[in-house]
Amino acid sequence: MDEKQDNVAAVPGDGSAPVLNDADDGALTKLHINYKKALRAQTTIIALPFVIAALFVEEADILPKGLVVIPIALLALAAIIRLPGRRHFARGFAMSTDRLRVVRGILFHSDTIVPFGRVQHIDVDQGPLERFYGIATLTLHTAGTQNSSVNLPGLEHALAMDMREEIRSHIKRESI
Amino acid sequence: MIGQEAHDQPDSAKPQGDAMHTDPKSLAVQTLSGLKNAVFPVIAVYFATSSTGSLAIIAAICTGALLIGIGAFSTYLRWRKFTYSVNAEDIRVESGILSRTARSVPFERIQDVSLEQSLVLRLFGLVAVKFETGSGGGDDIALLYLSEAEGERLRELVRDRKDGASNANEVRASEVVGGDISAQMVPAGEESSVLFAMDNRRLFTFGLFEFSLAVFAVLAGLTQYVEWFVDFEIWDADLWRGLAEEQQGWLGGLSQVGQIVGALLGLIALFVVGSATGLARTYLRDWDFKLEETPRGFRRRRGLLTKTDVVMPAHRVQAIKIGTGLLRNRFGWRSLNFVSLAQDSGSANHTVAPFAQDAELAPVIEAAGFRPPDETLDWHRASKLYRTDSIILGSAIFVIAAIPVALFAPAGMVFIPIALAAIMAFANYYAWRFHRHAIDHTQIFASRGLFAPRTQIASRIKLHSVGLSQGPIAQRRGYATVRLGLAGGIFLIPGVPIERARQLRQQVIESIASTDFSQINH
Repeated sequence: MDEKQDNVAAVPGDGSAPVLNDADDGALTKLHINYKKALRAQTTIIALPFVIAALFVEEADILPKGLVVIPIALLALAAIIRLPGRRHFARGFAMSTDRLRVVRGILFHSDTIVPFGRVQHIDVDQGPLERFYGIATLTLHTAGTQNSSVNLPGLEHALAMDMREEIRSHIKRESI
Repeated sequence: MIGQEAHDQPDSAKPQGDAMHTDPKSLAVQTLSGLKNAVFPVIAVYFATSSTGSLAIIAAICTGALLIGIGAFSTYLRWRKFTYSVNAEDIRVESGILSRTARSVPFERIQDVSLEQSLVLRLFGLVAVKFETGSGGGDDIALLYLSEAEGERLRELVRDRKDGASNANEVRASEVVGGDISAQMVPAGEESSVLFAMDNRRLFTFGLFEFSLAVFAVLAGLTQYVEWFVDFEIWDADLWRGLAEEQQGWLGGLSQVGQIVGALLGLIALFVVGSATGLARTYLRDWDFKLEETPRGFRRRRGLLTKTDVVMPAHRVQAIKIGTGLLRNRFGWRSLNFVSLAQDSGSANHTVAPFAQDAELAPVIEAAGFRPPDETLDWHRASKLYRTDSIILGSAIFVIAAIPVALFAPAGMVFIPIALAAIMAFANYYAWRFHRHAIDHTQIFASRGLFAPRTQIASRIKLHSVGLSQGPIAQRRGYATVRLGLAGGIFLIPGVPIERARQLRQQVIESIASTDFSQINH
């Protein structure tokens, strides 16, 4: 965490001159480990109704024993145990002097860069689960139709707030 | 925020900031347009009560009168409760009978102001004034309807306020802000040059290329109604067989030459109807098409019955699109569209030259601050792996379809899906050669299409973000779709080899990051 903070704090005053940028292809900063836990909790909440429904179907005795409940339970377990780790691993971000790079997706991979100079406004959101785990989602809005809002979940709340301040300081007084 | 105060003096006789109603004549227009809502209930009531004889007509008339009365009354209520006001920094609209809404749109957010006049509105001397904000979610303001003079006054006012807001730090001697506000449709005291116009001959040629058989679809739709109104089974085979047998003797009597001539006449009739439809639609939409360059931006006027008059500042043009058609491409006819945040009566782009030769397009493109592609460009094609994948994916559906056909359909039928698969594969293979992109130091180009090439050109600094996306196949095959964040449009370059995609992104990001949003003057 601290390492990132330093990276952010080391930004020179004017973001106008494009300095070094290994941010575009270089190493990514991983998201907070609590993001994995939050994903797991979220998946559990989503999977639970399906498992319960499968149990009811099982009770009804229409189909051979275990035909419904076993595959669904296995799927749910896989989604709860395996998936959050992989999703956490697939995500990452890199913030440099004048841009933010957000990488996400296992199957459908996307890698987006938003220059601070094009950010219209910034949100920091915290759902109930995120609040429990002390993390937050940072959302950058641009005027482009593609990637009009870029989400970066799984940041430690304080870091998200710092990043917001940092990015905001780069947005010159807007005059659309 | 910045110095609108300087421009705060009223620009015309009307006091500022007062809540104003739309023109009372719009009550008549809205009630008239509400009439068509009453037609179907009246017919329904008539048929429902038709067993009661003459009472049916009375019931129908009463229903009609009631509906029209309710419509007129609610129109009146809405008109009473709808007010707009022009303030120092924004335009406000308050509306709603039971629940009130107040919307404020700051002048800086207004992308453009469009005036629209349909035939009915023209009879009443009214215009629909729409303020486009480019928010996409329908958050715009529409004033239905104002008198022509008031519409023009508002438009001038918005432009002046905007200039006052954004040019506070610039000195523009040539352009006197808050100058002559006349009530005419043409603002006085502004020199303008015509960039592109279409005369009658051009319009005629254009109309021929707009050949459309849509009228037959409409006719087919109408027959449904015919069937409903008249007790006549149009799809009843027996009826037609009977008719055909009646005619048989007559048809059979004709020689073979006669039958061929008949078929030819049918084709000619089809061609005539299709061309007439195309001509009519083109004449209605693009009559007196004129694109001018004024100090305030591009001004486009067109329309025969519904006249539109749109002004768009040149710096708002985010990207341009050059398109063409299968046949017109052979004759060098192209269309030019501007992509901006504002909407053009439903479509996302502004058509600025619907039917022109390259030489005519060049000055328009340059006026918008773009350059047409030239020979020096270093075009890159999509990945060859992408070509292979699109050939396979494109044909797969037909190959899959061939399986049940081979199993169940009569022998020989299986060649149809196989042939389609082959055509698809060949088209994808060949189209790949026309699927390319290029970048120079200010612009990014993408072009695709085999018979009707479409080219999109965006200004590098006017982009908002750059993303690379890869589906499951693309990840394994090492190519990506470059997604450029373009305000008001979509700019995708699919199938770019990953190394090249990264390089493109790097270049574009450098140009974006070197200029702040506030400097690019949206």
